[in-house]
Amino acid sequence: MSSKSVQQLDRVVIRFAGDSGDGMQLTGDRFTSETAALGNDLSTLPNFPAEIRAPQGTLPGVSSFQLHFADHDVLTPGDAPDVLVAMNPAALKANLGDLPRGATIIANTDEFTKRNLGKVGYDANPLEDGSLESWHVHPVALTSITVEALAEFDTLSRKDKERAKNMFALGLLSWMYHRPTNGTESFLRKKFGSKPDILAANLAALTAGLNYGETTEDFAVSYEIAPAKMAPGTYRNITGNLALAIGLTTAAHRAGIPLVLGSYPITPASDILHTLSGFKRYGVTTMQCEDEIAGVGAALGASFGGAIGVTTTSGPGVALKSETIGLGVSLELPLVIVDVQRGGPSTGLPTKTEQSDLLQAMFGRNGESPVPIVAPRSPADCFDAALEAVRIATTYRTPVFILSDGYLANGSEPWAVPKVAELPAMTVEFATEPNDTDADGKPVFHPFKRDEKTLARPWAVPGTSGLEHRVGGIEKANITGNISYDPDNHDLMTRLRAGKVERIAESIGDLEVDDPSGEANVLVLGWGSTYGPIAAAVRSVRNSGAKVAQAHLRHLNPFPANTGEVLRRYDRVLVPEMNMGQLALLLRAKYLVDVHSFTQVRGLPFTTVELADAIVSLLEDDAATDPTSEEVRA
Amino acid sequence: MSTDLGMPGTSPTAGTAGVPRLAEDAPKQTKKEFTSDQEVRWCPGCGDYAILAAVQGFLPDLGLKRENIVFVSGIGCSSRFPYYLDTYGMHSIHGRAPAIATGLATSRGDLSVWVVTGDGDALSIGGNHLIHALRRNVNLTILLFNNQIYGLTKGQYSPTSEVGKIAKSTPMGSVDHPFNPVSLALGAEGTFVARTMDSDRKHLTEVLRQAAEHRGTSLVEIYQNCPIFNDGAFDLIKDRTQQEARIVHLVDGEPVAVGPEGDRKVLVRTDGGGMEFVPESEVGEREVVVHDVAAPEPTQAFALSRLDTPEMTHVPMGIFRNVDRPTYDDQVRHQVEAAVGTAGGPPTDSDLDELIRGRDTWTVA
Ligand code: SF4
Repeated sequence: MSSKSVQQLDRVVIRFAGDSGDGMQLTGDRFTSETAALGNDLSTLPNFPAEIRAPQGTLPGVSSFQLHFADHDVLTPGDAPDVLVAMNPAALKANLGDLPRGATIIANTDEFTKRNLGKVGYDANPLEDGSLESWHVHPVALTSITVEALAEFDTLSRKDKERAKNMFALGLLSWMYHRPTNGTESFLRKKFGSKPDILAANLAALTAGLNYGETTEDFAVSYEIAPAKMAPGTYRNITGNLALAIGLTTAAHRAGIPLVLGSYPITPASDILHTLSGFKRYGVTTMQCEDEIAGVGAALGASFGGAIGVTTTSGPGVALKSETIGLGVSLELPLVIVDVQRGGPSTGLPTKTEQSDLLQAMFGRNGESPVPIVAPRSPADCFDAALEAVRIATTYRTPVFILSDGYLANGSEPWAVPKVAELPAMTVEFATEPNDTDADGKPVFHPFKRDEKTLARPWAVPGTSGLEHRVGGIEKANITGNISYDPDNHDLMTRLRAGKVERIAESIGDLEVDDPSGEANVLVLGWGSTYGPIAAAVRSVRNSGAKVAQAHLRHLNPFPANTGEVLRRYDRVLVPEMNMGQLALLLRAKYLVDVHSFTQVRGLPFTTVELADAIVSLLEDDAATDPTSEEVRA
Repeated sequence: MSTDLGMPGTSPTAGTAGVPRLAEDAPKQTKKEFTSDQEVRWCPGCGDYAILAAVQGFLPDLGLKRENIVFVSGIGCSSRFPYYLDTYGMHSIHGRAPAIATGLATSRGDLSVWVVTGDGDALSIGGNHLIHALRRNVNLTILLFNNQIYGLTKGQYSPTSEVGKIAKSTPMGSVDHPFNPVSLALGAEGTFVARTMDSDRKHLTEVLRQAAEHRGTSLVEIYQNCPIFNDGAFDLIKDRTQQEARIVHLVDGEPVAVGPEGDRKVLVRTDGGGMEFVPESEVGEREVVVHDVAAPEPTQAFALSRLDTPEMTHVPMGIFRNVDRPTYDDQVRHQVEAAVGTAGGPPTDSDLDELIRGRDTWTVA
């Protein structure tokens, strides 16, 4: 081992940035796995352009991967990097603004050529002109050192050798932060097993990076971050999209019915389709359909046949699926619609995150068409959200939205994996026999005779003798399901459908408030992927001695039964959202509480600092306008 | 795909193979058993009545368990059809029936799935789903009622209306060039494409029989009269004095011919690579076109579909194409079954535990 000094740190934020073709996502993924294996808690944020390969070396082509890891509980991918790995001038320029002074920059000097500098508008080389004085810069000729280290690989072209530079960078960073590389080695063996020289070159580049850190004087210090104290259990690292795919598969398995996915490729949801298409062994059927409408149509058709039909998409796809979702509401059949939200309107920001489909999910259909909505709060929580959505869909025979987003989809975190047998039971009962009698006392099947508790109608699937029936999008007579244009019946059916969704509240539990002091006057209420940033901000505000309460909504339709009561308990309620205030609008309308909306639509998650500032300013307002409130409550 | 496509055995039941059948000695179902208790609400004289009667009369011939038959429809007059049949049924939304039926048929190989649609439903708003069902060759029988008009919305021209159609939305005549549904289906890689007519019960029933026997997507265009908004659209070929001279009955393996005995015309190839009808006596050395439903290439079937003109001088009727191609739903099911089989059977809790854990785990004590 080296004689270099080792420092202990409690947390680090690293950002790998390079050209789309530089393999930064892979490098980040590998570093994440190494970090997870070491037992740090972590959170990641990939950030990549919508173009597959934007022109090389340009700002639009920059792809980055940020990782926050610590010896304690990590809630966000981190506001600002402590270390930036910049593979070219574009990566430096695009990310420097986020980098606090004093942070470390590891720059690939080989790419800082006149031409590349010119591409992004640098007149002089920032590595040499002193403009980076306030940062700690390590200039490393990453490309040429990699090529040199691979000199003996005669069969490989220079280009192939250059391509391994991301493994060199990974090796260097692994040395700096004492990460084990054996996981990456076996990963590479699997990936390049059929190309032995490429495999050997990548392994050699990785080792060269480790050795470079060890031997070069420029890197005098390496760092250790002790494992985080995490609850006992078996952990893995997981992204939101993968957790959703596994969650849906597990839910169908628990319910004992087939999972059928009808989908159409769309960013950032396509990975769920890819993953589920590989789950055939678990009985999962996937259909890549001709369009978004067909995707949800196929799913609904499968649900009619007794499967749990699922469709996965993003906002523009939801717009196309609306009519079919309305049909699902009218037919009262289970259906799960996964909306991995992205920046809108229209094509918007396909690879960036946003929470702006809440009102679309809530109201984006013709007629009175209530659909339950479930929103996961973190990448791993997507698993539980999938289970919950399938539970609601099958129990209440209704379409259900899962509102994930780009941040959850691609971000990752450690997950204490559950045991299938210990998950909540899920039972699906199909109708098997007549449920009513006709005027002559003869047994008959009435497809809209409801369960008294849930108001769910029976699910009678084709193949069940004696229960042959027709359903359709035309209004149905209560109980018999025959076509009915009767005014009173339509009024009744509309209220029954709404009442059924309202009753779900009886099965979801109360909204829980986290207020350790029990004396907070201000509540921060969020939903979906803002959980981590809000919790981190609340923690930082509390650390400064202030009192603030936090609650987070998983169910957005219906809201938990005590939501109004919780809102009214506080002087002020702050509702941060990555949209223009959609939850705030719903809360104000439903509970007549004047919540404070705090919004941002930058395609990125909130930073802890900006949220903490918003909380503090509301606390100050509260203290200014209601100075007695502390005393009264004390 | 491996050579084993998981295709169920062929005849006698290829299209309905895998669907539970009545016991050999069970009494034959009746038309009445397939008639629901719902009052039929089409306009008096509508061609849909005849088609409904033919279908209700034909379904018992399949010998399938009634509960394993599903009719899915879209929106339009014809799409009310499922309500009148005592099977499982879904009256869905405009144009989407083929997509919904694809999901149902793929996930349930034990069902006989039928789609009922119209010219507006299938060819306008739902055109995309129709062509993709055909190219995938999902095991569905699609009955396309073509009345060349929008009936339910009260009389606008449709994608099969002739150019110049004066209708509610085209007071000066429509300028849209129409689709020929048979040409469209053949172009979309349809494996079974046929045309028949509401008023010819016998022909309709025979086409239905062959459509149901075909494994894959069967597209049956049914000329259907709408007495309210487009009355007499098919009179030229319904009129007994004219129909013999106009209807070209397609018979597999026979020369393509039209006209009564004594005034018969036969279809021959022209030097330019086209086709034309010539009097039987003038055929001479010319090559007669012999109908071949199973021809691997749809070229000749397509050419036959082009004989049809708005003037209805010659209207081919019958089965244009009937070829075997692996179906989408069989192959999708086969892939899942193969994967489950290779893995040693349906997943257990511990298989799922393994999936959840993934390959890269660590333990905190
Ligand atoms: S409008 Fe025409 S097609 Fe529709 S039911 Fe009446 S007659 Fe039949």
